Amino acid sequence: MAATLPPPRLLPSGDSAITVEFSRNIDDAANRRVLALDRELAAEPIAGITETVPTYRSLLVHYDPVQIDFEKLGEKILALAQRPVPATTRTRRWRIPVVYGGEHGIDLEDVAKSLGTTPDDIVARHVAGDYRVAMIGFTPGWSYLSGLADFLHMPRRQNPRLLTPAGTISIGGVQTGVQCLAGPSGWHLLGRTAVRTYQLHRDPIFLLEPGDNVTFTPVDAKTFAEQDRAAASGEFIAEQIAS
Amino acid sequence: MSKLVIASIGPASSVQDGGRPGAQRYGLVPSGAMDRLALAAANTLVGNEPFTAAVEIGPFGAKFTARGGAVRIALAGAPRIADIAGRAVAPDTSATLADGETLTLGFARGGSFSYLAIEGGIMGEPMFGSLAVNARAGLGSPYPRPLQAGDELQTKAASGAPERRIELPAATDAPIRVVWGPQDDEFADETKKLFVDSEWKISATSDRMGYRLEGPVLKHLHGHNIVSDGTVNGSLQVPGMGQPIVLMPDRGTSGGYPKIATVISADLGRLAQIPAGRGFRFRAVSMAEAQAEARKFAEMLRALPDRLRAVESVDLNIEALHDANVAGHAVNAVDAGTWHAVADVAGPD
Repeated sequence: MAATLPPPRLLPSGDSAITVEFSRNIDDAANRRVLALDRELAAEPIAGITETVPTYRSLLVHYDPVQIDFEKLGEKILALAQRPVPATTRTRRWRIPVVYGGEHGIDLEDVAKSLGTTPDDIVARHVAGDYRVAMIGFTPGWSYLSGLADFLHMPRRQNPRLLTPAGTISIGGVQTGVQCLAGPSGWHLLGRTAVRTYQLHRDPIFLLEPGDNVTFTPVDAKTFAEQDRAAASGEFIAEQIAS
Repeated sequence: MSKLVIASIGPASSVQDGGRPGAQRYGLVPSGAMDRLALAAANTLVGNEPFTAAVEIGPFGAKFTARGGAVRIALAGAPRIADIAGRAVAPDTSATLADGETLTLGFARGGSFSYLAIEGGIMGEPMFGSLAVNARAGLGSPYPRPLQAGDELQTKAASGAPERRIELPAATDAPIRVVWGPQDDEFADETKKLFVDSEWKISATSDRMGYRLEGPVLKHLHGHNIVSDGTVNGSLQVPGMGQPIVLMPDRGTSGGYPKIATVISADLGRLAQIPAGRGFRFRAVSMAEAQAEARKFAEMLRALPDRLRAVESVDLNIEALHDANVAGHAVNAVDAGTWHAVADVAGPD
């Protein structure tokens, strides 16, 4: 039998949820363990668990304390969480079209300047990335991607913007993101996609899953406008290139 | 088919029910009633399932007119002066509007949110099994936004069932109970002591996403940024300025500030009802005590129908109303007037 992995920390989040923490930092190995535990709990459900929420370095497990208490659930989770992470898991891969720069990515020029390069180089580096959905959170469909090239790591803006457009593709810290709804953001805006990661009255309502792989492909403004119209009527736009 | 037409209503009023859990992994928060016990009590009074959609009414008053037939309603939660065409309606009782009659509600007294349940529920199109309004996500039915004058709530005609009152546990000013964590290790022991030893007030700039607290500054041991992780209703997150925010049912599903403690589920509704500006305290309890309270709370919700009583006479209604007015701490007009939505300027973490 393979050696067991070090145990995660079990942090109480009130009387109806446990934060199962694998690391204090953004850490690819920790995120893989989060997603692996999430899959284990889906495959072998524990009575009383109502919902699980994967994030970068922890899995939030919501449960009903009438059905199971903190101690008992904690023991069961610890047993599952120390199983070796499967080396290969089948994941979906999406190609997401992005119109970079100009009115669609108002921070592209400034990002290039502060990193000492050209906007085209920033786009090339962003497009070259092979990303994974580390978590979805904050607002519906807001997908946080890991795998951003070190060169593009940048602190967030001092002053978050109160309103950034739907479909914004941005970078912040060590991450890049696909934002679905218009809303506040302190990240640097590189471009926009017509892809709706969250759209009511479409099947599925949520396009991306934690653990999915994502690559970006540049499109011009005219293509973006056409795709945006098609997306409004329920087309995925994002292309699934492997499963 | 009967309906309630909204003649007037204040901000922070929306259709809410038990919410839509299950999609937090996609960033969709469940929403749902701020005070689940009050929602369940109002629904129980009119024979509905406890978490049927009802109108959550913020601190201001409101007026509803029955059209197309009689409508049977019940009010629970924050007490307020209420009448139907001049007939007083006591808190925690059901009443019936004849076709064309108007229900008039005053300001909340001694609380923030009241629940207007309608016999037969509100007709709408559920999304993820819920009619609850989450305006940011475009969800909620019949209107995916807070209610406004002119809105219409379709329902069934009143059954003519006898009116009821419900005997709920007496209101208490006892401290709001919390369990430490998930990130209490980001704070020194003296900071944790300061948190439970101090008086706190809810800021007027609070809303269904979060209650901002005013009190002593809570200092972080290692700065105020952590890697984003999942949130729950009642998470006490401490942003950079050191004034905690209690996350409420419209919270973001993840957040990047340390969470010193979490309000126990049995006390969430009580916290939601504390009016802006009134002092209150927190008390830390063990996980065992918190979970025992959660089980007691679930049992109380289950057994709400056993608390129904016949309404003996109109005199009793007036007496109950009088008691509520004397016992309640009135929200003054300034407090209610400054209650407004707060933009979440933090953005994604």
